[in-house]
Amino acid sequence: MDAVAEYFRELAEIAPRWNFIWMYDERQQGKILSGLWMTVQLSVACVAFSVVIGLVGAWMQGARSRIVRAIVQAYIQFFRNTPPFVQLLFFYFALGQFTPTHSPDGWLEVPIISNVGWAIISLSFFAGAFNVEIFRAGIEAVPESTQEAAESLGFTRLQIYLYVVLPLAFRVCLPSLNNNLVNLVKTTTQAFAIAVPELLYQSVSIWNDYPSAQYPTMLLLFVIYILLVAVLVFGMTKWEHAMRIPGYGR
Amino acid sequence: MTAEPGWTPDQPIVSVKGVRKSFGDNEVLKGVGFDVMKGEVICIIGPSGSGKSTLIRCINGLNEIDEGSIKVEGQEVHDPALDKLALRRKVGMVFQQYNLFPHKTALENVMMAPVLVLKQPKAEVEARARKLMAKVRLEGKEHQYPGELSGGQQQRVAIARSLAMNPDVMLFDEVTAALDPETVKEVLVTIKDLAAEGMTCLLVTHEMGFAREVADHIYFTDRGVIVEHGPPETFFTEARDPRTREFLSQIL
Repeated sequence: MDAVAEYFRELAEIAPRWNFIWMYDERQQGKILSGLWMTVQLSVACVAFSVVIGLVGAWMQGARSRIVRAIVQAYIQFFRNTPPFVQLLFFYFALGQFTPTHSPDGWLEVPIISNVGWAIISLSFFAGAFNVEIFRAGIEAVPESTQEAAESLGFTRLQIYLYVVLPLAFRVCLPSLNNNLVNLVKTTTQAFAIAVPELLYQSVSIWNDYPSAQYPTMLLLFVIYILLVAVLVFGMTKWEHAMRIPGYGR
Repeated sequence: MTAEPGWTPDQPIVSVKGVRKSFGDNEVLKGVGFDVMKGEVICIIGPSGSGKSTLIRCINGLNEIDEGSIKVEGQEVHDPALDKLALRRKVGMVFQQYNLFPHKTALENVMMAPVLVLKQPKAEVEARARKLMAKVRLEGKEHQYPGELSGGQQQRVAIARSLAMNPDVMLFDEVTAALDPETVKEVLVTIKDLAAEGMTCLLVTHEMGFAREVADHIYFTDRGVIVEHGPPETFFTEARDPRTREFLSQIL
């Protein structure tokens, strides 16, 4: 390992624009790793919440009440038709003003929802709006007659949704869900704007301190995101295969 | 499973009176009525679009009616206060397109409703489901998915799935219409066994030979009304109404 670190240290001296600083400087390496960890946490939380939002939203879209359906529709229109970056800023700076604070040490006033919290909320709602539409498309692909069969067996509306419609709809919408989640993972970089110490934030802080490290760090960003997305897509594809039903849909 | 107080088995188990039903401007049922006694097998025949399927779907509340009354074991089906679950435990339904749950194995299809709806213990339900699979002659197919079964096999799973709820009445909505001619017979044999055991059956069917053999009573519907009815011995030979005669001459 020392030899590799030594190589990059020397490279930085010969080619001043190619300072792979995080290959030999432990402090910078730590920043990259902590940024990566924050990005992973953000992604996992946002993926989970946005999928839940999608499922609940799609369920509410099938409600009898016109008001409930209108609320879901308004939600989708707002989050789908406005830039996620502006949403993030609005959530943090505007809504953040009105959230209660607490004071753990009696001196500092700390808002209950941190910047990380707001990033998770804002990005989850953003991706969730798309997920509602994705799940709805899947639900519409489930034949009415299959649901009728469940109805005639005495299933409640919730049971039909949970045990018949969702399992079938899920299989239909996995590919488009996959797409949206890939987008979501990449969109977590925008949390940079509200100082969430994720990968982009840490990278920028590195190249602000060491401008010579800018190009290498940008390259690193590309590589890490390619790998992150690859892990997600690999998981989703595995899942898709595991959910395949013998003799169905082909 | 409780019947309406006052209902006794010597009264009709299904009683349909003056039922009217429209889809938009199209009135598909224009005052239909008949009674079914416990253990009877009723066949409803008639040209396409005569309202047969709508009628049978009204009986378990899949379609609402506009006027009239449908009672199952004395209970009004279209009473808004009705516990639909209670009704659906009494009335089983089998569809033309089988409508099995494609993501569940044959056995799971049969087990699902008793476990989820009736909250019966899984082990007990499984034992019963296996017996039902044997009853519809599908031993060994328990772990196949619907997509791996033939149409006739899927339809028999659908029958077993309905029977798992221990219904008092079974509704069959053109259950052989989507099947290959070779597999029609295996499904009809299953229904015949059921009828022989005393299950009350209402069938919408185009299988005249079957109706003749199994039915206790045949109803002929055309354009939303019952044109003619009678026991099979006389229905096929002594039809009086010209519409019935024309229909029978085309189909027999």
